[in-house]
Amino acid sequence: MTTGNGRDATVHVRNLTKEFPGGIRALEGVTFDAPEGELTTLIGPSGSGKTTTLKIIAGLLEATAGDVLVQGRPVRGPGPERAFVFQDFALMPWATVLRNVGFGLELRGVPKAKREAEAREYIAKMNLTAFEDAYPHQLSGGMRQRVGLARALAVDADILLMDEPFASVDEQIRRMFQEDLLRLLSEEKKTVVFVTHSIEEAVYVSDQVVILTRGPARVSKVVRPAIDRGGASQDIRRSRAYLDCVEGIWDELRGYLEA
Amino acid sequence: MTIRGYRIPMALSLLVWFAIWEIVGRLDWVFLIPPFTDVINALFSVIPSARFIDAVTITFQAFAIGMGLALVIGIGVGVLMGRIPAVGSLMGMWVNIFESSPLTAIVPALMVLLGFGLPTMIVTVFLFSVWVIALDTQVGVQRVNPSLIEMGRSFGASRRDLHFKIIFFAALPELLAGIRLGLIRGVKGVVIGQLLIAVVGVGYLFELYSRNFLMPEFWALLIVVFAFAFAASETIAYFERKVAFYATTR
Amino acid sequence: MGRTDIAAPLAGEAAFPPGPRRGLLGGLRRRPWILRAGSIAIVLGLWEWAGAIPISIAFPPFSETLGAFAEMIADGTFLAAYAETIQPLLVGVLLTGLGGILAGIAMGLSPRAEWLGLPVFIILQAAPSAAIVPLITFVYGIGFAAKVFAVVLLSAPVIVLNSYRGISNAPRSLLEMSDAFLASRWQRIWKIILPAASGMIFAGLRLGVAQGFTGAVLAELLITPTGVGDLITYNRALARYDHMFAAILSIVVFASVSLTLLQQLEQRMFRPEMRPA
Repeated sequence: MTTGNGRDATVHVRNLTKEFPGGIRALEGVTFDAPEGELTTLIGPSGSGKTTTLKIIAGLLEATAGDVLVQGRPVRGPGPERAFVFQDFALMPWATVLRNVGFGLELRGVPKAKREAEAREYIAKMNLTAFEDAYPHQLSGGMRQRVGLARALAVDADILLMDEPFASVDEQIRRMFQEDLLRLLSEEKKTVVFVTHSIEEAVYVSDQVVILTRGPARVSKVVRPAIDRGGASQDIRRSRAYLDCVEGIWDELRGYLEA
Repeated sequence: MTIRGYRIPMALSLLVWFAIWEIVGRLDWVFLIPPFTDVINALFSVIPSARFIDAVTITFQAFAIGMGLALVIGIGVGVLMGRIPAVGSLMGMWVNIFESSPLTAIVPALMVLLGFGLPTMIVTVFLFSVWVIALDTQVGVQRVNPSLIEMGRSFGASRRDLHFKIIFFAALPELLAGIRLGLIRGVKGVVIGQLLIAVVGVGYLFELYSRNFLMPEFWALLIVVFAFAFAASETIAYFERKVAFYATTR
Repeated sequence: MGRTDIAAPLAGEAAFPPGPRRGLLGGLRRRPWILRAGSIAIVLGLWEWAGAIPISIAFPPFSETLGAFAEMIADGTFLAAYAETIQPLLVGVLLTGLGGILAGIAMGLSPRAEWLGLPVFIILQAAPSAAIVPLITFVYGIGFAAKVFAVVLLSAPVIVLNSYRGISNAPRSLLEMSDAFLASRWQRIWKIILPAASGMIFAGLRLGVAQGFTGAVLAELLITPTGVGDLITYNRALARYDHMFAAILSIVVFASVSLTLLQQLEQRMFRPEMRPA
């Protein structure tokens, strides 16, 4: 399955090592592939370098050793083929929703009329049209994250990087977001690398779950949840396959937590 | 404060104070304090006078140039100090020292080096106000949410975009606070400078009026200077309130 | 009405995630005193160079200033001068401290006092009160009282306003807690509001001392030549510029050292409240 743009959008992570000043080794040889068009989740104990890995893929951090290959080229900084969704939303509080969503395009020099039209399209997809002229402080946490997501989608990147996007959203909205995300991705074919703490969330949304050990992190296991996503969400969450997968991952992680 | 349920704005308390001033003046208790109404009358004779206009012109010149320099250099240095930790450590020590020092002590040295005219006044205004502007700018820049910067970088923002579209606005509340404090200190600087130089500007006028015991004129001039300082400060405070809506959700 | 000069911002730590700390800059960052010592050396070096050019016959190089400095320590001039200057400073700050803190507390606790006092002190803080200093002589002559008054005039607003802010910003959740446990009005004030405000009150005192320094120096330069102010004026009149600069340097050093000590005392006493906010 190729993404909408026909380009190879697999993310190859090869032997990623990251040492922070002060000698803290966050990553020690992390290797995995995020196949194009699929949603890959990174999960692991706290401090296991999931966000570090994601930021290296995004080009926001530099690896000490190892490489990330995107479209055949190593990553050397942020690029237009990758878009990031932040855990704390990272919205400009002095700008309206419309401006925030169009900001990625604004930085690229897209003229105002065009970028506002694009922004409105994605605002509509997120059901935020009524709040186009509102400011972030007037929105709830869930709405703010929808703005962040709209912004990332508006730049039409092939690869979406999401850093615990639903962690700051309240529990009830969170489930809805997971379902909305899946629906969105069925329309907009993208490669997604997703970081979360929640095993249920990982199993529910992912095609592939990469389990990291505690720092210095390596890939401990890669799991493909064999789940039939055809049915209603409540059926999925009670299906045997789902529950087994969640418990399997929990067993794997438990070993690291108690170590 | 409310009286019987009616909210009375605080500014009205000044009327009470003016009334007290009037009474004390009329009772002639303290020679220095003439009745408030006399002071108001003096305002009308002082302000149009040629002496006053000359004094204010030169004072304002010194103030404007000194403040302009302080803003440009203060904000520039503040941004550097905030973005580059090494610069922040190197210069921070000096900025902090001078921000709280009695800079008045330096004015005699300035008079010796630069004379009794405009240059000394400009440098005095500059020295009084630049430190707090740099310091508050530094704090504002340091407090910018790192996520906002990462967000900018992740969408490919150039350094220019990063500074002018993100950092500037994120640091604006602190920047404005620093400018307001800088303005107030600048006014103090120009007045102190002129009091010490004593032959130019409003400082000279203050000297003249007090020497000749023209108390209503003295207080009228004081009110004019106070009013200017207050107006400048409140103008910036107005802008601070305009950006306050996002200051807490950064 | 916006934040007035209530608590000067603390030059804080860098908020950005640190970049690679390799190399010279990294090593320097781990030892800030090297950077500071280097910075002092650079500035003094510049001073020496500027004085040697010379920028002006009236601008002595640092070495000469240092020489005059040492001389004035050795022959007791500084001791005598500061002994004189410090008296009105201490008395003034004490008076303003006591009166100002009480006034600020009153304004914080009583809406009536707040209504009457707040606009006045906000104006006084913004205004160049220095203009009033020459007038003082008409009431208090040129003696000790005049200098004390100058100190009081300049330091009062910041002390009052800081105490007021400290009181009115008592954390609401703590107040609700005390109400829930049936605290009386006095208990509320003594056990919650005052302790919560103590940090800001002390900060106000520290800022008041800084302003007091200005008042004391201004009084000595404008009203009556005594103490350190006189050192400056006297040496200027005699064109002994190295001594004049040494006197000025001593004031800057003295003020910085005392204020730094006060700040450290403050952070030790009120550490939880003094987080840079």
